[in-house]
Amino acid sequence: MFGFSRSQQIAFLAMLALIIVCPLALYPVFLMRVLCMALFACAFNLMIGYVGLLSFGHAAFFGMGSYIAAWTMKFWHVDAAVAIILSGATGAVLGLFLGYLAIRRSGIYFAMITLALAQMVYFFCVEAPFTGGEDGIQQVPRGYLFGVIPLDNDMAMYWLVAVVFVGGFLLIHRIIHSPFGQVLKAIRENEPRATSLGYRTDDYKLIAFVLSTMLAGVAGGTKALVFGIATLTDVHYSTSGEVVLMTLLGGLGTVFGPVMGAVLVITMENYLAQFGQWVTVTQGAIFVICVLAFRRGVIGEIGGALRLAL
Amino acid sequence: MTISRRTLLGTATAAAAVPLVRPRAQGAPTIKIGVLNDMSGPYMAISGPTSVVCCKQAFEDFGIAGKGLNVELVSADHQNKPDLAVSIARQWYDRDGVDMIIDVPTSSVALAVSGVAREKNKIFICSTGATSDLTGKVCSPNMVHWTYDTYMLAKSTGGAMVKAGGDTWYFLTADYAFGKQLQADTTSFIGAAGGKVAGASLYPFPGTTDFSSFLVQAQSSGAKVLGLCNAGADTVNSIKQAHEFGLSKTTKLAALLMFVNDVHALGLDTAQGLNLTESFYWDLNDRTRAFTDRVRSKTPSNLPSMGHAGCYSGTLHYLKTVHDMGAAEAKKNGVATVARMKKIPVDDDCFGKTTIREDGRNLTPAYLFEVKKPSESKGPWDYYKQVAMTPGTEAYRPLSEGHCEFIGKA
Amino acid sequence: MIMIFGIPGPLLFGQLLLGLINGAFYAMLSLGLAVIFGMLNIINFAHGALFMMGAFASWMLLQYAGIGYFPSLILAPLIIGAFGVVLERTVISRLYHLDHLYGLLLTFGLALVIQGLFRNYYGSSGLPYRIPAILSGATDVGFMFLPNYRAWVVVAAAVVCLATWMVIEKTSLGATLRAATENAPLVQAFGVNVPRVITLTYGGGVALAAFAGVLAAPIYSVNPNMGDNFINTVFAVVVIGGMGSIMGSIITGFALGVIEGLTKVFYPQASATVVFLVMVIVLLTLPHGLFGRRA
Repeated sequence: MFGFSRSQQIAFLAMLALIIVCPLALYPVFLMRVLCMALFACAFNLMIGYVGLLSFGHAAFFGMGSYIAAWTMKFWHVDAAVAIILSGATGAVLGLFLGYLAIRRSGIYFAMITLALAQMVYFFCVEAPFTGGEDGIQQVPRGYLFGVIPLDNDMAMYWLVAVVFVGGFLLIHRIIHSPFGQVLKAIRENEPRATSLGYRTDDYKLIAFVLSTMLAGVAGGTKALVFGIATLTDVHYSTSGEVVLMTLLGGLGTVFGPVMGAVLVITMENYLAQFGQWVTVTQGAIFVICVLAFRRGVIGEIGGALRLAL
Repeated sequence: MTISRRTLLGTATAAAAVPLVRPRAQGAPTIKIGVLNDMSGPYMAISGPTSVVCCKQAFEDFGIAGKGLNVELVSADHQNKPDLAVSIARQWYDRDGVDMIIDVPTSSVALAVSGVAREKNKIFICSTGATSDLTGKVCSPNMVHWTYDTYMLAKSTGGAMVKAGGDTWYFLTADYAFGKQLQADTTSFIGAAGGKVAGASLYPFPGTTDFSSFLVQAQSSGAKVLGLCNAGADTVNSIKQAHEFGLSKTTKLAALLMFVNDVHALGLDTAQGLNLTESFYWDLNDRTRAFTDRVRSKTPSNLPSMGHAGCYSGTLHYLKTVHDMGAAEAKKNGVATVARMKKIPVDDDCFGKTTIREDGRNLTPAYLFEVKKPSESKGPWDYYKQVAMTPGTEAYRPLSEGHCEFIGKA
Repeated sequence: MIMIFGIPGPLLFGQLLLGLINGAFYAMLSLGLAVIFGMLNIINFAHGALFMMGAFASWMLLQYAGIGYFPSLILAPLIIGAFGVVLERTVISRLYHLDHLYGLLLTFGLALVIQGLFRNYYGSSGLPYRIPAILSGATDVGFMFLPNYRAWVVVAAAVVCLATWMVIEKTSLGATLRAATENAPLVQAFGVNVPRVITLTYGGGVALAAFAGVLAAPIYSVNPNMGDNFINTVFAVVVIGGMGSIMGSIITGFALGVIEGLTKVFYPQASATVVFLVMVIVLLTLPHGLFGRRA
């Protein structure tokens, strides 16, 4: 089902169980943040893990999704579901434009172009009046879901976020385990050969990119609703760096890697916030250690040790 | 077995560092205060660890042991990010039993935290954050704006400098809400005092380190005063470069937001002659000197400036109010506690006697300082000479102009 | 007064000159990056942090050893270059056989660590460093007062850039370097100690960044974040110039400084973004940058 192998099914059910059980013992707002970032990381992983392209500007899509959701909720008082759909659409449309420009190149050039384009989006957000500049869009109401369910209650919001996350996660997995996904894999392994077989590789890469940015937008929109705020941090390149860190730490190209990476990074940031000064150093140190000794990431290493693909 | 390993890993990680539900505490209620500021970024020196030191000093000076109060302090770094601050504030108020959050530099963050405090009916005392909107458009009965704000800076520095002969101005403004608001506020004061604005350069924020082209434009405008509507490293850089281009010889520099710690970073050679406004200076009078002596040993490399003093003063007053109401009562309802804080007169070593106005504005005096020449200074941190003083009752925007919604209501 | 596009002539020329000075910094920094990428295939994200360390080194030399500006120009690059050598030997060399991606991530992580540590120790406000007395003051060049120190920066940067270019392109040492990156085993077969050559090249690139740091110390605030503001622009410069080309970086650095200067006159709010705009345009038309030779 969904193309999960047996071990992956077990892991998926374990993850579902944790999602259901955790809010009883842990702070729901913290968990919601983890889930939003996990979705963001999974969306990012789609590009790097399966298409082989490192996007260093994914925050642009996350952030714009966040702004659109915040704005429509605050000023147009739309339904929460509408806001989330709009944020996904924003991510997709923006991804279409930026992706069209960036896809022609690969490797380091792709990374640099996405970084540059994301910087342009960032400066646009700084200047544009609707984003509220440095203040961001604040006091965003959580509103209602489908017009009936009030989301002010943390638990109600939590279930919405959980559903969005699981939905996004399954969607990504479905994409990978489909004929489309097979072509992506072929492109990653040997693009000239794929082209010679008649596949228009640029189109495939662009579609994958748009899917990835759409989900990043959804993640951003959901996050804006949870916290009631959308700020410049969401479009800043450090957020792009953070999602790279999560995916790297969790395991590039694995199914559950990004989720694990998000859990670890957010937990660490939370824990270290009280030590203020050491967050950046620790993040950097983890980057270094991961690259040197731990390239497969947590899930990758576990999977390697158990000889399973997780 | 896959399940157990993964679950084990997940649970272990989660258990180690993740916020848990706490069982209700038994016994005397503990008052918990959270210092939320920038511990690692550009505003570290004007808030940071020194604010924590000053809050703890307030505990000592109040004599919590003798008064039978249980008080705890927590602190965190918001890294100047509103969303991180919202996350921490929510957790503190919801889970960790924090009753009052204090400090919070960076206007965008202060606005966000004020919203959370209102939502959770707790208390927020903004010491280092600047925006006058906190007691205006988005005022809240759950917050007190303690130390200064953009209006006060604009009136003091802008208005006073025009009176002193600086009647044409050129602005160097950080192109974001705070900088633009500061420029707008200052412009109205310049106009009111009979001066004129010759021009302005808005530069991209953040990310600009080189102001040379804007400074050259300022120079060619012929304005008598260069108004710097920025803060932190930007201010330091623009002053350094103004000095380099010889601007300081022909033009007076007005740093609209600057702290004594920034002057320390610049050095007197470069900073001399600068005009700025603070509501506190360690060497102002006997009381401030006494306070500084008490904290000096705990923060040897960084002396307190107005933000830190505000943390001390705010914490002290809060403790007085809690003692007056009883801890259990004070914890219950943030609005009621803040209302009480407004009734009890404020008096401490840092700001002397002040009152908190209905809209949450603490009416501290505004001192216009000029930075001494190196020859006039007797040693490190001896940097300011007082030029003018605006009493608290006149320094801030009048209530009628603030459009604060909740005043006048029950 | 001559008016060009509605801007007074003297102001325009003044801005162009200032743009050229900024361009000198961009050129110097991107030179180090280009050398490291061109020779070693490493995208050195830590370059901004190393630039910052150069500025701090000169501050520390003054503070703790009383060593002034001019000796620091030589000493700081040597010290930081040595640190670069250590970095290369211990961590970076392990990545040569891997995808570029890992080099980028590793150096990104290193940058976070270095900047974080400096921030913890020295705070973020910045430390004072004075312009040396000989170079202070300004000269009236007709349309503006040009600070002497800035003129010195352009001259020093241009000299160092040209010298580096000459060493790499015109000397036998440079030829060995270039050969070693194209075909290491073959060059090694000729008896050249290739790993050492590579290490020294990395050290050299780092030293260039540190030199730029010393140049920057008197005019920008010596603070741990000073590299951040430059690093994005400098990467854009290197990519536009062509990632393997030394002369490309130098020319593009100066050119971008001038373009940025012009933008500051006509539309200042965009001055930070114009670099990226140019980069996107160049990359879409010329895939390997203006002077680049390989992907």
